[in-house]
Amino acid sequence: MKSLTECTVGCEGRIVKIKAKDPIKGRLVSLGLTKGSEIKILDHTLAKQTWEVESDGTKIALRDEEAATVFMEPKGSCE
Amino acid sequence: MKCGNCEEQKSDNRDARGGVSGLKKIKVALAGQPNVGKSSIINSMTGARLHVGNFSGVTVEKKEIYIEKEGYEIEMVDLPGIYSLNAYTPEEQVAKNFLYNEDYDLIVNVVDANALSRNLIFTFQLMDMKKKMILVVNMIDEVEKQGGAVDRHKLEELLGIPVILTSAKEHRGVDEIVDYVIEVYKKNKPKNKLFYDERIEEQIEKLIRVLHKSPHFKDPDEARFIAIRLLDRDEEIYKTIHDLPIFIELHEMLGKIYKELEMEFDEESTSDILSNERYALSKALVMKTFKSPPKRVTLTDRLDKLLIHPVFGLPIFLFLMWLLFQITFEVGSIPMDLIDAAFVEVSNTIKAVLPSGAIQSVLSEGIVPAVGSVIMFLPNILILFLGINLLEQTGYMARAAFLLDGFMKRFGLQGKAFIPLVSGFGCTVPAYMAARTLKNPKDRIITMLVLGFMSCSARLPVYVLLIGAFFPASHAGNILFIIYISGAILGLIVAKVLRTVLFKGEPEPFVMEMPPYRFPSMKALSVELWIKAKLFLKKAGTFIAGASMVIWFFSSYPHNSQLVQNYEAKMEAAANEAQKVHLQNELAAKELESSYLGTIGKTIEPLFAPLGFDWRVSVATLSGLAAKEVVVSTLATLYAVGDADEKSGTLIERLRENISFKAAVALIVIIMIYSPCIAAMSTFWAEVPQWVWRGFYMIYPNVMAWVAAFGVYNLLDFLGY
Ligand SMILES: Nc1nc2c(ncn2[C@@H]2O[C@H](COP(=O)(O)OP(=O)(O)OP(=O)(O)O)[C@@H](O)[C@H]2O)c(=O)[nH]1
Ligand SMILES: [Mg+2]
Repeated sequence: MKSLTECTVGCEGRIVKIKAKDPIKGRLVSLGLTKGSEIKILDHTLAKQTWEVESDGTKIALRDEEAATVFMEPKGSCE
Repeated sequence: MKCGNCEEQKSDNRDARGGVSGLKKIKVALAGQPNVGKSSIINSMTGARLHVGNFSGVTVEKKEIYIEKEGYEIEMVDLPGIYSLNAYTPEEQVAKNFLYNEDYDLIVNVVDANALSRNLIFTFQLMDMKKKMILVVNMIDEVEKQGGAVDRHKLEELLGIPVILTSAKEHRGVDEIVDYVIEVYKKNKPKNKLFYDERIEEQIEKLIRVLHKSPHFKDPDEARFIAIRLLDRDEEIYKTIHDLPIFIELHEMLGKIYKELEMEFDEESTSDILSNERYALSKALVMKTFKSPPKRVTLTDRLDKLLIHPVFGLPIFLFLMWLLFQITFEVGSIPMDLIDAAFVEVSNTIKAVLPSGAIQSVLSEGIVPAVGSVIMFLPNILILFLGINLLEQTGYMARAAFLLDGFMKRFGLQGKAFIPLVSGFGCTVPAYMAARTLKNPKDRIITMLVLGFMSCSARLPVYVLLIGAFFPASHAGNILFIIYISGAILGLIVAKVLRTVLFKGEPEPFVMEMPPYRFPSMKALSVELWIKAKLFLKKAGTFIAGASMVIWFFSSYPHNSQLVQNYEAKMEAAANEAQKVHLQNELAAKELESSYLGTIGKTIEPLFAPLGFDWRVSVATLSGLAAKEVVVSTLATLYAVGDADEKSGTLIERLRENISFKAAVALIVIIMIYSPCIAAMSTFWAEVPQWVWRGFYMIYPNVMAWVAAFGVYNLLDFLGY
């Protein structure tokens, strides 16, 4: 289990936990980031302050604080 | 209590319907997640011209559009997009309030075929409401082009509501919507097909039994909805039951149910349990009804590789903005002389045709040149709007927000605030509205307080005029870019100050959908530009014409016959022609000074004297509070009146003669910072109810503008300009 911010660009896996509190959690869920959904890290800005991930065909931008609350089980090694 | 009351009102309204015009009325709520194409569908169905854009949160206020068909008058209400009934941002709240409290007959739920499973989660929430409902699966063109498909009949069967596949872009299926609306309206409500896990259903039953004890929730469907919303931790619904006599019983029971379910499902909150349920359900549904297109690298993926590249992303963004202002100035200037010449022609014709007198003067010297001086800038304005529109339509807007988020965070804002800020370059009014997409009230008010520093397109004429008069032509585009960027940077700095001094606390978290890139439709672009052009010409023909008439009147009256007589005598005695012309000019200037406007100008002159403004520039500056274009028309009128020999040169030349470089830069600074126009100010008042902020908003930009202009003026003075 790794938080999104611990992953590198290109990393793929499945979400296993979201530690964010409501209402942010609700927002993440309604964008498709829920326990069980697949996720891929697409990009981050230079300072790694903002991240872009893709889940189920939807691309989502989020800040490192929020990304750090989403945990995934990476498929294969992804360092 | 509220819910019970509006239930009663509803039935009253229903009886009263269908009377007056003979048409039966159907009210339809168009609801769905953001950026699925709700507004586009209405446009495609009805030929309306609702604003669309390729990012979440384009529509921030509900809009009604009417269609007549088969003896029905159908009112389609375009709602802002909403991700979930647990609304998050103020504009989502607008949609939620409508869905909960308004009286409407059915819901048309629009979903994006590209993201069906995510969209269906919201569909299930809507289905809990037990309203008559139609599902519209939009953007089907994109899915099919990639080789995917949606099984409409299977989806209908499983959901138990009619399903229509549409493409607003290709005008496919959209006309069916009206037919279905009428058909569904006539039919009875369909049976509920949406059930949750048995353990949840059991608890829902328990809640319904308690709710039934209250006279407000006798309707089993409504009671079920309330029960589900309570499990979904919907605060609004919680508030509505709060004042009921059954509240205590309900409250106790809810506490127990929450605990039980959370233990049983091992989740933190019952709302998570429901989300998981809906998620599983939608996955299953999508599996049965959706043939997903083969995975491949899309255009969006390839573009994003470059456009949001960690290193190149920001420079590319800055380059694009620079390019926009460059083109705005350079290309926009091409037709300027033509437009100018056309208005001079009109003026001359009026002089030739009309008998001389007050009417001829007000037209040929007051209104026509003033309006012309403003319309001259229509090409610049249209190019700027085209640029902003492209930003909105292509999907690049969300990318810019992504790129700038880290930067904006340092100034106490978040990336999403970029969207209203950029709209502010077009017009401040919709930008104030767009700030509704910011959830946190502090973020929102900070953004709104600095929005005025994003120079709107109405200020463009003033800038272009002053740049043309006081800067070398080779740098004009760059100067324009610098002006806009300085405004933006100033806005960020002020935001930072506001955040540290007045609004302590962290900015709201940034979570935003990044839509795929889409080719802008030429038709939509030209329609938007046409609307902008029409609005601008209308404003020039009415508001600005009116303002310039007032300015002309106050600058021409009262007549000082004593003064005229004195000068006529002097002119008689003049030795040569040159002296005569000199005296004539002096007379014109004196007359202007003794006019009403001159008197006013002289009174306020001391306020602006430290900035190097004469009374005419002072008056023009003040008149800009009505609308920024008026600054230009006022300058045009005032500097024309004071000039006896009217053919001598253009407004630009007169400005050069009368205003120093330092004062011109100070004027640019003032225009950049001080209060926006009346329309924008009243929008701010409508959007911000707190008196403190209204008051603050009225004062601080003006004080700041003066101080900054004073600083710049003296700095330039010190540097020897
Ligand atoms: N290819 C394709 N694009 C579409 C279709 N319908 C809408 N679009 C595009 O999708 C984007 C979003 O359209 P809007 O109509 O603004 O969406 P909305 O649901 O009103 O969005 P909000 O007001 O933000 O909730 C625009 O760029 C449209 O051009 C469609 O059927 N096919
Ligand atoms: Mg819309």
